[in-house]
Amino acid sequence: MEVVANKCQCEALRAKDPRYKKLADIIAKYAGREGALIPVLHEAQEVFGHLPPEIQMLVAEGLDVPLSEIDGVITFYSLFTAEPQGKYKIGVCLGTACYVKGAGDVLDELKERLQIDVNKTSADGLFTLEVTRCVGACGLAPVVSVGDDVYGRLTPDDIPAILEKYIESEKNSNA
Amino acid sequence: MAVYRTHVLVCAGAGCVSSNCKAVESALQEQLAKVGLAEEVKVIETGCIGTCDLGPVMVIYPEGVFYQKLTPEDAEEIVNEHILKGRVIERLLFKPAASDDLVEKACDIEFFRRQYRIALRNTGVIDPGVIEEYIARDGYAALGKVVTDMTREQVIDVIKRSKLRGRGGAGFPTGLKWQFTYDAPGNEKYVVCNADEGDPGAFMDRSILEGDPHAVIEAMAIAGYAVGAKQGYVYVRAEYPLAVARLARALDQARNYGFLGEEIFGSKFCFDIDIRVGAGAFVCGEETALIASIEGKRGEPRPRPPFPAVRGVYGKPTLLSNVETYANICPIILNGPEWFAGIGTEESKGTKVFAIAGDINNTGLVEVPMGTTLREIVFDIGGGIPNGKRFKAAQTGGPSGGCLTAEHLDTPMDYESLRELGSMMGSGGLIVLDEDSCMVDIARFFLDFTQDESCGKCTPCRIGTTRMLEILTRITEGEGEEGDIERLETLARTIQSSSLCGLGQSAPNPVLSTLKYFREEYEIHIREKRCPSGHCAGLVRFVIDPELCRGCGLCVKHCPVGAISGERRKPHVIDADLCTKCGECQATCPFDAILKI
Repeated sequence: MEVVANKCQCEALRAKDPRYKKLADIIAKYAGREGALIPVLHEAQEVFGHLPPEIQMLVAEGLDVPLSEIDGVITFYSLFTAEPQGKYKIGVCLGTACYVKGAGDVLDELKERLQIDVNKTSADGLFTLEVTRCVGACGLAPVVSVGDDVYGRLTPDDIPAILEKYIESEKNSNA
Repeated sequence: MAVYRTHVLVCAGAGCVSSNCKAVESALQEQLAKVGLAEEVKVIETGCIGTCDLGPVMVIYPEGVFYQKLTPEDAEEIVNEHILKGRVIERLLFKPAASDDLVEKACDIEFFRRQYRIALRNTGVIDPGVIEEYIARDGYAALGKVVTDMTREQVIDVIKRSKLRGRGGAGFPTGLKWQFTYDAPGNEKYVVCNADEGDPGAFMDRSILEGDPHAVIEAMAIAGYAVGAKQGYVYVRAEYPLAVARLARALDQARNYGFLGEEIFGSKFCFDIDIRVGAGAFVCGEETALIASIEGKRGEPRPRPPFPAVRGVYGKPTLLSNVETYANICPIILNGPEWFAGIGTEESKGTKVFAIAGDINNTGLVEVPMGTTLREIVFDIGGGIPNGKRFKAAQTGGPSGGCLTAEHLDTPMDYESLRELGSMMGSGGLIVLDEDSCMVDIARFFLDFTQDESCGKCTPCRIGTTRMLEILTRITEGEGEEGDIERLETLARTIQSSSLCGLGQSAPNPVLSTLKYFREEYEIHIREKRCPSGHCAGLVRFVIDPELCRGCGLCVKHCPVGAISGERRKPHVIDADLCTKCGECQATCPFDAILKI
């Protein structure tokens, strides 16, 4: 019987992708330092957007930490995610001040408009809806952040125009 | 050194950054350059000035004129009128909610006038990106004094005699903590700053780190000298990127000046600080969880003792205090412990920073002597409740605290008085609630928070908070049952007494405290299926007042579920079974005939 070599293509693919080089640099920077895991995961997520098992394995090998421990850390902290994320992260602050000022209604409007639930990504891959803890901008409550932009003193009526801005700029950049 | 005739302080705290102070600042620079004043007028980006809901704000010195709610378009007028001609621009001045008189100067605004700033002494005054500005205000003088003139024991004695207590929540005497860490055997020790400010509604630690990062760095170095540590860590929430960036820049500057590193001030003392960024877990504000997180592990707490002073980071003795606590250290060293102990009340010395938010006119950050009454904070400094509404309660201590009611308005805000009332100081978050707030829903909100943030390690907290949340949710949805209040109380007592860490032990506080002062609201929700404040959507009903309804039919057109019917020109009715309580009808009725009850 002829044995077909099941040759993994990952190595070849990784060699072409500059992100893997970055990851290797990050691991090299922290390797051997105490308490390195969380900073490495932060930077790795910055590079890849999320932390799928493949990346977790590379970190495990690089830092010589059991994969189970890495998975444990990723699932423990809410900022780490193993799921792909939308291009823009929408964060609805549900801190006390925002909640008292009606952040719940704003969140409902976003769910309705995007037709997704919290922690899900819209079908077009554009938005991921998240609720955040207090972002410390209580004077502007209720606050929603989209990517790096912050919108304050919102009502549900403001939502369509905000979303439209990003959809529009996406269209323009594709055109 | 260049001398400027005018300094313009533009607030670049997180709140003002969010309301686009950068654009205001660059427009101002542009206008100044246009009229050739760039060499005469200096524009400085400061940390949080404190009046977060008025942002972007600026103060123009030497006059001290305070301008608020600025836009980039205002820059031209500010330069042409104020800076060139010396005319104050009235439309940009602050007007207190309670009066019609405009206030010109920052120092005359009640919000600023009643404050006593120790921890916030430089925040909103200096440019946090320029170490020389910090040094000009006695920065690093305390560190110099300590390492060249004082023994380690003397430093600890000064902190003890100041009677400073931890500002992170529990109020443990800081000097004792320093003593315990000093006493703990071992050559390797650590100093940690807890900047994992997780209490929703509190942002003083963020403002200090962003507005005066050197105050924390210098204090940590002093602590390192006193307890015998060479390495410090600041553990900051990932949600505070600006604080991380400004702190990192400040650390570099301090190293360049030799305030960190080897042989500080020519002594044998060596000390450096690293930043550790959190990853979104409230429980990491608990000290043993924070230590686990610094070590790169899941941030789960462990039983105490041993306390961190004995076994902390990497198993070594560790001094762990919060940002605001450190921010008080340098003034105590420079002015003496007696000065500090002369401020505040018998048991609570010094000042406390409160973050006031919620239903209040002047949202923001204020620092007042311990023992200032709730009334002064809410009404005199905070400017009272907007829209002429009544004060109902103030929540202190966030998800670990409780509420104070109108009858407690004259309570002095200090550790003991708040604890006696079933609340706590916590980190100083103060959420003001007006008459429209539903206390059951507030309790549910906090339980939702603690339940979600419970790390899951111990059963009472993991399962207990989940069960409490279920009960509270059903009460707010109109499904409450007889006996629910008693069930909540039993669960609360069990969770309080058997949880592993502070998160669980204090999680039931908001429920117990609202039950203590607003039990009737719970009973009405359960027995009458009604929300007295009209907040709980599940319990709200919309009805049409037949006296006011003209039968125009507008609401019928707008109701998305066809729940309204009636003959034209005659009073209409809402079918409560079909109604989804969206409120659309109420918003469209031209006669205000639709009532929410």
